[in-house]
Amino acid sequence: MPDQTQLLPGTLDLLILKAVSLGPLHGYAVLLRIEQISSGALLIEQGALYPALFRLVRQGLLKAEWGISENNRRAKFYELTSLGRKRFRKETQDWNRLSSVMAAVLATQVEEL
Amino acid sequence: MKLLTWLRSLSYKFDNNSASANDLDQELVSHIQHRADDLERSGLSRIEAERRARVEFGSYVKYQEQSHESRGGQFLETLCQDIRIGFRKLRKSPGFTSVAIITLALGIGANAVVFSIMNGLILRPLNIPRAENLYTIERGEDRSPMQSYPDYLDLRDRNRSFDGLIVYDIAPVGLSAGGKATRAWVYEASGNYFDVLGIQPQIGRFFHGADEHGPNSAPYIVLSYGYWQSFFQSNPAAVGQTVQVNKHPYTILGVAPPDFPGTELFFSPAFWVPIVNTEQIQGSNTLPNREDRSIWIDGRLKPGVTTAQATADLNSVGSYLGKTYPREDSQSTFSLTRPGLIGDMLGGPIRAFVTGLSLLAGLILLTACANLGSLFATRAADRSREIALRLALGSSRKRILRQLLTEAVMVSFIGGAAGLLGSIGLLRWLSAWRPMPDFPISAPVDADARVYAVALLLALASGFIFGMVPMRQVLKSDPYQVVKTGPTGSPAKQFSFRDLLLVLQIAVCAVLVTASLVAVRGLVRSLRSNFGFQPQNALLVSTDLDMAGYSGDQVPNMQRRMLQIAQETPGVSAVGINDRLPLDLGWSTDAVFRDTATDLTLSHQDAEAMTYDISAEYFQAAGTTLLAGRVFTQHDDGHAPPVAVINREFARRVMNAPRDSEIQAIGRYFKRTDGTRIQVVGIVEDGKYKTLTEDPQPAMFRPILQSPSSATWLVLRSNRDPEQLAAAVQVRLRNLDPELPFTIKTWNAQMGTALFASRMATISLGILGGLGATLAVTGIFGMAAYSVSKRTRELGIRIALGAQYKEVLLAALGKTARLLACGSIAGMILGLAATKVLSSIVYQATPRDPLVLGGVVVAMLLLGLIATWIPARRALSSDPLILLREE
Repeated sequence: MPDQTQLLPGTLDLLILKAVSLGPLHGYAVLLRIEQISSGALLIEQGALYPALFRLVRQGLLKAEWGISENNRRAKFYELTSLGRKRFRKETQDWNRLSSVMAAVLATQVEEL
Repeated sequence: MKLLTWLRSLSYKFDNNSASANDLDQELVSHIQHRADDLERSGLSRIEAERRARVEFGSYVKYQEQSHESRGGQFLETLCQDIRIGFRKLRKSPGFTSVAIITLALGIGANAVVFSIMNGLILRPLNIPRAENLYTIERGEDRSPMQSYPDYLDLRDRNRSFDGLIVYDIAPVGLSAGGKATRAWVYEASGNYFDVLGIQPQIGRFFHGADEHGPNSAPYIVLSYGYWQSFFQSNPAAVGQTVQVNKHPYTILGVAPPDFPGTELFFSPAFWVPIVNTEQIQGSNTLPNREDRSIWIDGRLKPGVTTAQATADLNSVGSYLGKTYPREDSQSTFSLTRPGLIGDMLGGPIRAFVTGLSLLAGLILLTACANLGSLFATRAADRSREIALRLALGSSRKRILRQLLTEAVMVSFIGGAAGLLGSIGLLRWLSAWRPMPDFPISAPVDADARVYAVALLLALASGFIFGMVPMRQVLKSDPYQVVKTGPTGSPAKQFSFRDLLLVLQIAVCAVLVTASLVAVRGLVRSLRSNFGFQPQNALLVSTDLDMAGYSGDQVPNMQRRMLQIAQETPGVSAVGINDRLPLDLGWSTDAVFRDTATDLTLSHQDAEAMTYDISAEYFQAAGTTLLAGRVFTQHDDGHAPPVAVINREFARRVMNAPRDSEIQAIGRYFKRTDGTRIQVVGIVEDGKYKTLTEDPQPAMFRPILQSPSSATWLVLRSNRDPEQLAAAVQVRLRNLDPELPFTIKTWNAQMGTALFASRMATISLGILGGLGATLAVTGIFGMAAYSVSKRTRELGIRIALGAQYKEVLLAALGKTARLLACGSIAGMILGLAATKVLSSIVYQATPRDPLVLGGVVVAMLLLGLIATWIPARRALSSDPLILLREE
């Protein structure tokens, strides 16, 4: 297993939005999807997922519906609402801008000043 | 949007609350099952897989709760939960709860009362349509509301800023209707009074400007609703009846609406009469006299006219008046002020007084909050173990704080409600209170919606304020440490803000206790002091013969007959008549001059002497000592040379008699402003005439036969039971004239007026002192309890190591005791300084009174003892074994 990184505060919501944007998922699958796309580099305590999911539902970014999972168990499936899609696009842009700025700042060398 | 989602989640919650909790559980369980499936696939047994899945999931309860919270909409649910817990907790510690509730009830009750007074007297406008543009017009530099009628007519007819100007004053009259004779207070008002105010009659009609056709041309009265109810039993047939006002026939035109008790807040009249009839009402017509300033003018501004424009307009009329009547109206400037409190005459001091009161009340509430804060902090410290346990079990700090805050707000609501209830009772009593006999003074200070709102707000705010105090404590506590070793607490600071607050509070309490003791002593002393007459064993009959239709020679004749029948009443030892009573409302003074004076203008007067017109035996009846000379006889009448009896101060100041040999003044003369020479025939002791606290005043007594007056106070001296005597006198007077309106009471009862100020001061200081003492007790209690609870373990160790009771107490309560001593001493010094102010209100208030000093010391000691008793017992009874084992 590669080194696992603690999440920055507020990034969990964005990760969930990203995971769900690829198709409706139930809670555990969201976790798996994040682990998969981050190649296991991000550490999320499993239970911590649910307060975040419910928060996003309350904000109207996700909607949820009970269904049957691939394991043939009852599970609640989450998908993006149109508001959620809009928010996801915006947050992605914001994140990219921030991370490129941060990267540039951190890459600055003495002689460049 | 946010509100919408909240509402949606709220309705959702109500629809299927338990279903949603179930739903959440199912989802979390489903997650764990999915994980277990994966683990099982990697080779674990199902049981092991499920165990691992649960471990990996983390604290189930914590996430369940967090999820539940982030789903939103459980505000009410949490609130209900918190309230339930709060009730249980509060019930479990009744001592704490009742102390907290009483403290708050006092704090909020005091504020509700003060706010109601402010609301009734200052904030609430008069109950008339468009009250905001009605103003009282004041005159001159000193802003006197007293105006003269000719000036009023000029102002009314020459101004361009007012829709209308009205004029009114108050006067007593005798009313007889249907065989009943009584005295009543009325407004004399201009004809346009009701029209300008915009009041509509309840029944019948009002009088109007068109009804005025010169003196005594409008014999009409308009009843106030209250008087119509009490005197005419709400009989609609009263309208149209003819009644006798001062023996003149008047027609009842109508009844005013119930919510209109006149234009002065303090004076609600029995009825209104047109002021043009003042000759019949007051016995003489002073209206045409431009110098006679005794009436009040209110004006309604035209829409769009500012007060500045109106003032300028009035002043231009004023300068016209100044030019036209230079003798009477030389300085006619005008200003506007809020109506209802006789301009700034009452308004100024009342506004200042109420502002001071509300500051004080605010301070009381603030100290109450500070006390409750430390009480709650004590409680939070006591509960730190419980709180730590809840934190360790996964409860969030926010949730715990919320619960503590809910508890605080609950206490504040209960306390607030109790305080409000108490204050409503007090306010009802205040509104119905008639502090001065014979005078329709009342204060309309009933609680209304605004008062309730303010009390609610104050309760909520104070709940939050003191609920916040233990916050830091909870936020800082480390559950691991607390569960392991018990509450440690940071080392106590040498001197904290809370200590300062406590000292301040004790000082304020000591000031109040000192002041109220001084006031009580002063009141007791003033009841026994020398007034220059003896109110004990004296009965008073007060009447105005003018009201019963007597005039001219009939007045002295009637007075003689009254004296005679009073004299013949069994048990009466002396009877006299005075036209005014010393130390009663109102007085009359005359400018007097030395016999040698040649310039008899007012500005050159030698003294302004209190003037009384008395019958021969008055001094004997009143118990005033005649020092030298003679009293009057039947022969000192209008045909005899004018004479007077004077008091010692008069002899010293006007007659140049040296102190202690004032007798020299007998036989000499002084002059009045009209040049009459009056011979001094006797000298009496000095007395109190206007107020109990006044400096010696010169006074002269004239024979009532030489200066007749229809106002009559019959003074009867007797050792008989006053009630029996009063009944006997009443029967005789009724036989004499069944329609004579009069009142009978003892002189002691009548003294209520003179003692009003000092009684009020004593009562309010007593109440404030009680409040202050209660708050100081809870404050000291909170402090002592806190310091004991923080150090129980240390105290246990001390006891285990063999410390004596005294040492333990010193350790536990030493600081509290020091603070108490500091505060008390500071407060006592301040209190003694404050009695200088008090001595202007309370007769002979002196701080140099061993009883007062001793009383304060005992009171403060007692307070300290009461407040530290329970914590001290707790400190002493701490069993070292249990304490040490527990922690």
